[in-house]
Amino acid sequence: MHADPKGVLTGVHFLDGDHACCEGTLAAGARFAAGYPITPSTEVVERFAWRIPTVGGIFIQMEDELAASITIQGAVWGGAKAFTVTSGPGFSLMMEHIGYAAMTETPCVFVNVQRGGPSTGLPTLPAQADMMQARWGSHGDYGIIALCPNSPQECFDLTIQGFNLAEEFRVPVMMMLDECVGHMTEKVVIPDAEKIEITPRRFTKLPPEEFHLFQPQADLVPDMVRAGDGYRFHVTGLTHDERGYPSMNVDTQDRSVRRLQEKLKPLANGRALCETEHLEDAEVVVVSYGITSRVAQRALQLARQRGIRAGKFRIISAWPFPEQRIRDLAGRVKAFVVPELNLGQMVHEVQRAAEGRAAVIPVSHAGGSVHDPDTILKAIVEAAR
Amino acid sequence: MNEAMIETATLEVPCEVPAHTVNPVEPFLRMDRMPHIWCPACGIGTTVNCFTRALEASKRNLDKVAIVSGIGCTGRVAGYANLDSFHTTHGRAIPFATGLKLSNPELEVVVYSGDGDLFAIGGNHFIHAARRNMDIKVICVNNLTYAMTGGQTAPTTPGKVISATSPYGVFEPAFNLVALAEAAGAAYVARWTTYHVKQLSRSMEEVLNKRGFCFIEVLSPCPTLYQRRNKMGDGLDAMKYYKAASKIRHGARTSECDLSRDGEIVVGKFVDRDRPAYSELLQAQMTETLGDRYAEPEVSCCSEG
Repeated sequence: MHADPKGVLTGVHFLDGDHACCEGTLAAGARFAAGYPITPSTEVVERFAWRIPTVGGIFIQMEDELAASITIQGAVWGGAKAFTVTSGPGFSLMMEHIGYAAMTETPCVFVNVQRGGPSTGLPTLPAQADMMQARWGSHGDYGIIALCPNSPQECFDLTIQGFNLAEEFRVPVMMMLDECVGHMTEKVVIPDAEKIEITPRRFTKLPPEEFHLFQPQADLVPDMVRAGDGYRFHVTGLTHDERGYPSMNVDTQDRSVRRLQEKLKPLANGRALCETEHLEDAEVVVVSYGITSRVAQRALQLARQRGIRAGKFRIISAWPFPEQRIRDLAGRVKAFVVPELNLGQMVHEVQRAAEGRAAVIPVSHAGGSVHDPDTILKAIVEAAR
Repeated sequence: MNEAMIETATLEVPCEVPAHTVNPVEPFLRMDRMPHIWCPACGIGTTVNCFTRALEASKRNLDKVAIVSGIGCTGRVAGYANLDSFHTTHGRAIPFATGLKLSNPELEVVVYSGDGDLFAIGGNHFIHAARRNMDIKVICVNNLTYAMTGGQTAPTTPGKVISATSPYGVFEPAFNLVALAEAAGAAYVARWTTYHVKQLSRSMEEVLNKRGFCFIEVLSPCPTLYQRRNKMGDGLDAMKYYKAASKIRHGARTSECDLSRDGEIVVGKFVDRDRPAYSELLQAQMTETLGDRYAEPEVSCCSEG
């Protein structure tokens, strides 16, 4: 279905990433947001608070991130598309409810504008050090989707895609911005509403007596209902059977927890989102994401000028990790160079997918600024030698 | 008749239930989930019984009533209620209920949880929801302890009580829940015990028909952990204590309604006031500042076609 024109600010704009992300949520059909102020992410909900009363929806500033991250889930079960926004310390507080959303298969979006950590860290400066936390931060086994925009335009486009994927797979989706992408201002083109594809909620067509809230469909994802529609359904964070009733035994645990990961397999394989350049002849491939991919672009340009056959693999959907694509490349390239604004996170995934068939060279940076392109270039040159 | 005779008589009541008799509470419960997990003489079931009577008396369309629980013994109530029901995370039933109510305002949203859940880990959410006058009804079954985890000290556990984590006696002052609720802004505040089943049902019915943040505290026995550890007898002893120690004082000053290990229990309806609810305040402010540009929230998303 197409976007509701009420939320779509069609036109050419000059927006920062945070504001573009907000416009993405509105275009995607989000009419509910809950948040708690934290730098450098607050601009997303500040704009939402400004825009939503004339669009028709709710913004509520909650008492903390624990509250914000569960309030949106109450709103989702009430029928809304909903999201929250945070950064480092707030993201840590939201972990419990990322797990709850995964376990209860509640489609919702968490925007994390990453800053330097650990703890209070660097409130106003960039990092990409929450990538593993996004994947593994809540306890237990589960799956999530994480998307990494590298420009305000992508903050808009990918936020819509994030909401769509959340609905399709009934999972929490993490929008993994960073301080630079969140605060950089660029041209953002917002198309007409009818050019924007929206994934509707998978509301069941079955009557209440035949419907089971956690009965998986062919794609391993169960259909959904909304409170108040007469289904008298039960949602729990306990291990539950297809009816949603607590069923704490080995069989149910195995069946349900495996499915929470299995249902996301298509995104790890054929449907992984990435941007590539010069892979045909590449002997060294730079794997990067978010703001680092824009710095890496300059390093790649300089490497090519020097005659090094360097290629680009920009990760857009970081989780599930696009392992098939990396594995395929590993068979025919000499090395992967992996710059990231952390001391080594996604590089471990590249290493895992490469299975020892190509060298994997991290270019780590503790955060606070972006890389110097020359540092990445140096790694490319070394790798090509 | 002495007390021993009452007990004997109770046990010997012949139990001849005519065939095809349905317990009047059954339509309100998920009978396919019985038996429940609660201990013999636990008071939670009594409160649920009262709640079903209140639902019936309120004549609400039950498809439009949702129940949200946190974690703990009382947290299991949601799972047994034949309503749209949510068993959320520890302490977070109120913010979940906030999202549910705001996105789907025609729902009557009831939060049903325990004292540890609502006032320790969830205390911050309670005071803010009361401050906002969010239109949700909070029923707190207060058994004065963390029962599900084995009887540890709660913020409500009275002084001198022995608990699993206070083996030498509680010395921290306890919260007075009704005073806290009033101070934070609740529109309705009442306290009953599980001895006061009629009054409790009536209070529950009242809050189902009242707009704004409503709070009912129900003092409820935990014979397995709280009473056994403190040599306070069984469930019947708890009823005797509630009966003897309770004083009904409607409109009492909540600041004077502290609970203690074995002292007086002031019960009654303490607060019943009209304050504009969150959504009314939101609408008024937006209409004042935005005029015709304000669009009423239409939060629910559509399925295709």
